[in-house]
Amino acid sequence: MPPREQLDDPGGRPVDRRRGSTLLRHLAVVLAAGLLLVAISYSVEPFRNFQLATVAAYLCATAGLTVLTGLNGQLSLGHGALMATGAYTVALCQTAFADRGMTGGWLLPLSLAAAIASTVAVGAVVGVAAARLRGPYLAGVTLAVAVVVPALAVTFDGVFNGEQGLSVPVEPPPLSLGPYFPYERWQLWVTGAATLLALLLLANLIRSRYGRIFRAVRDDEVAARLAGIHVARTQVLAFVVSAATAGLGGALLAVLAQSVSPGAFSLTLSLFLLMAVVIGGLGRLTGALWGAVLLVALPDLTHSVTEMLTLSPAVAQRLEGNLPLAIFGLTLIVVMIAAPGGVQGLLSRLGRALLARRPTRRS
Amino acid sequence: MDRFVFLTVDGLSRGAVYAAFALALVLIWRAARVVNFAQGAMAVAAAYVAYTVSTATGSYWLGFVVAIVAGLLLGALVDRVVMRHVDHASPLNPVIVALGLVLLIQAVLGMVYGSEFRPAEAPFSRSALTVGGVAVLSPYDLFVFATIGVVVSGLAWMFARTPVGLRMRAAAFAPEVSRLLGVNVGGMLTLGWALASGVGALAAMLVLPTELGLHPHAMDLVFVSAFTAAVVGGLDSPPGAVVGGLVVGLLLSYVSGYAGSDLTPLAVLVLLLAVLLVRPGGLFAPVAARRV
Amino acid sequence: MSGTDLLVVRGLVAGYGAAPVLRAVDLTVPAGTIAAVVGANGAGKTTLLRALSGMIRPAAGQVLLAGEDLRGTPVEQLVRRGMAHVPEGRGVISELTVDENLRLGGLWRRDRADAGRALDEVYQLFEPLARRRRHLGHQLSGGERQMLALGRALVGRPRLLLLDEPSLGLAPRVVARTMALLRQLRDRTGLTVLLVEQNVRSALAVADQGVVMSLGRVVIAAPAVQLRDDVDLRHAYLGF
Repeated sequence: MPPREQLDDPGGRPVDRRRGSTLLRHLAVVLAAGLLLVAISYSVEPFRNFQLATVAAYLCATAGLTVLTGLNGQLSLGHGALMATGAYTVALCQTAFADRGMTGGWLLPLSLAAAIASTVAVGAVVGVAAARLRGPYLAGVTLAVAVVVPALAVTFDGVFNGEQGLSVPVEPPPLSLGPYFPYERWQLWVTGAATLLALLLLANLIRSRYGRIFRAVRDDEVAARLAGIHVARTQVLAFVVSAATAGLGGALLAVLAQSVSPGAFSLTLSLFLLMAVVIGGLGRLTGALWGAVLLVALPDLTHSVTEMLTLSPAVAQRLEGNLPLAIFGLTLIVVMIAAPGGVQGLLSRLGRALLARRPTRRS
Repeated sequence: MDRFVFLTVDGLSRGAVYAAFALALVLIWRAARVVNFAQGAMAVAAAYVAYTVSTATGSYWLGFVVAIVAGLLLGALVDRVVMRHVDHASPLNPVIVALGLVLLIQAVLGMVYGSEFRPAEAPFSRSALTVGGVAVLSPYDLFVFATIGVVVSGLAWMFARTPVGLRMRAAAFAPEVSRLLGVNVGGMLTLGWALASGVGALAAMLVLPTELGLHPHAMDLVFVSAFTAAVVGGLDSPPGAVVGGLVVGLLLSYVSGYAGSDLTPLAVLVLLLAVLLVRPGGLFAPVAARRV
Repeated sequence: MSGTDLLVVRGLVAGYGAAPVLRAVDLTVPAGTIAAVVGANGAGKTTLLRALSGMIRPAAGQVLLAGEDLRGTPVEQLVRRGMAHVPEGRGVISELTVDENLRLGGLWRRDRADAGRALDEVYQLFEPLARRRRHLGHQLSGGERQMLALGRALVGRPRLLLLDEPSLGLAPRVVARTMALLRQLRDRTGLTVLLVEQNVRSALAVADQGVVMSLGRVVIAAPAVQLRDDVDLRHAYLGF
């Protein structure tokens, strides 16, 4: 879907020769981002810490979807369901640990790993089906996944406790950080660290041989096949990678909210994720960041707007729940019609336009 | 046995609605090569308009007619204002735009009407008449069969026998040649969207009284079922959509009756996956399916 | 003379994207004559027809049909002005029956009675089509498709017929019959034909005027007889 110039690697640079330095560069960026997050976590109020943590959790999912849709050309409306898989896994694991009275700093990473593993399994199943499907068929199947999977929580309410959902017991910050360490800051640290690790892996994947294979399959399946690429296997791999990060994102969201319920993973969430990726700019991890920020910022913004207006509580409630959705939907339509490159595409186009004014103009 | 008869009739009645909804999807797919993922949301919007009119005037039938008119207009509007301007070079683009419409329409409905369920009125009794001691079908089922029957045969007649039907088919199969022959292809496309959306609105009016009621998301699962029906029949085949609708309706009714209604969503997903993996062109595909 | 010129093209520039395929084409086709446009592959023959019928928008220039400027006329309106275009590959709609294809050619007409008469005339003109009324387009042979495409254009009773490569893929016998038919239509109904052909000999055999295109321009327009008989001209422009 995105035009070819929207690749992360526009010049088609010889990636392999630069692999060492690329890895180092990514590491440096991630470290810098980590330090920045720590600094921010000390300088803003707890609520902002929590919001940033939520952005980080969404970023996992949008980054994964960016790899799938932007780089590999597969559309998924089912990523909300994959997030639900991760979230429920983490809830079941953490509950099991808590019931057995187990404690320790390694339990949460273990639960997150389990969440990723279970989502990978689900993602592999959907991915195998998806690899045989194209266009509207793929969209329809993943849409069905998005509608049906949350309903399973009600079908098997013995395990998932129906609409009520499950609680996610999470341990307080380690005592070594001091007795008064704010819980929200700890949440930001945990989700931030997990997300940065996931992004580092994704960024390296994108720059690797696999990243190029993903793009080759997206741009022209037949040509990719003629070049000896196993198209179906590549598509399943992209789906699995994308599912893994979506599962992690869902798990992190569950840890942040300390609860999971099917309502949180409705079809709307799946559409949200897709929208975030499209608006951010398909095919770029920076676009995924824009999208994740939007997902958190826009509802917050409409909340402040509705608070400023003097409205009856009923009207205010309707507006608050739906205005962000309406804006998202409208933006999605406008962006697809007017600026298919998304926010990041607009920024790069702007940058190119500025560069082009200089005398050293490339033809 | 009584239960089987009841479930069969119930399944066919439900399936008739899926058939109409699937037919609407097929109409747009054939005309514009777009699967209209917003069709459920558009149909709900029309049903809300009907609800407003019916509660204001106290007349179900006025609301019924208004729903269909609203559906027709909404379809034309969506084509003219939105879909006409989407770059169809990648099949993902119209899908994404349709999903944006889903978000937008459902949010607007939520803002105007709130997110609580509103009652959806049935014009006829839904309790089954008994024939020889066996509960067979309700007056409402009869109404559904009759309405869908009229609409489906009406559409079939229009496409096969009328000049405008010929124009619409020509415009769908060969837009460029059709323009050279004086066919207003853009107009035919808008007409196709309007018709499909009108049929979708009608299907929503028929199915909502049998579900929980009116809600911005009320057609989500119906859409998935109808999409499955369209895929079962093959997206290019209108008769296939009708048969597919009946098949899906029967399946869901049996699953719901014998295994529990909680399992119906899962059954839809399994059927959809099974059909797509075994026969991606649909069960009635005449030739190798067009790869999309 | 211009009173009897049905089609006048002045300085027509058109193409796809940045590079124009047609660079300033000038052309005049008198009413009731057959003009054959010939030239090498890529000379712009098909593009000329597509620009005339509005399927691609000309970048510059003027197209007059019976003195009326066609600029800005939508493609679907041209048939109402009396222009019929049988496109490359003939454009038979294979999902429709023979009868539906033919009726489509006259659907735009207000005069339903005459549209019906025109349909009957076409069935009389092309006997095989009458026998295959209910067959789908994709079940026809190449020659039958040719008849169907021509017949469908004639149902609209055009003044000007644009034909793109009518001989393509057809047996010489069928080509000869088609060309003879064009002559007959010209003589009987005063039909004006602009014909694009690779098959230079048979095109020039039927045409009144020969138009040679090269690299997006008309390099020579002369009576067909002259192009056919003048060895120097033939050598210079047509290579035989």
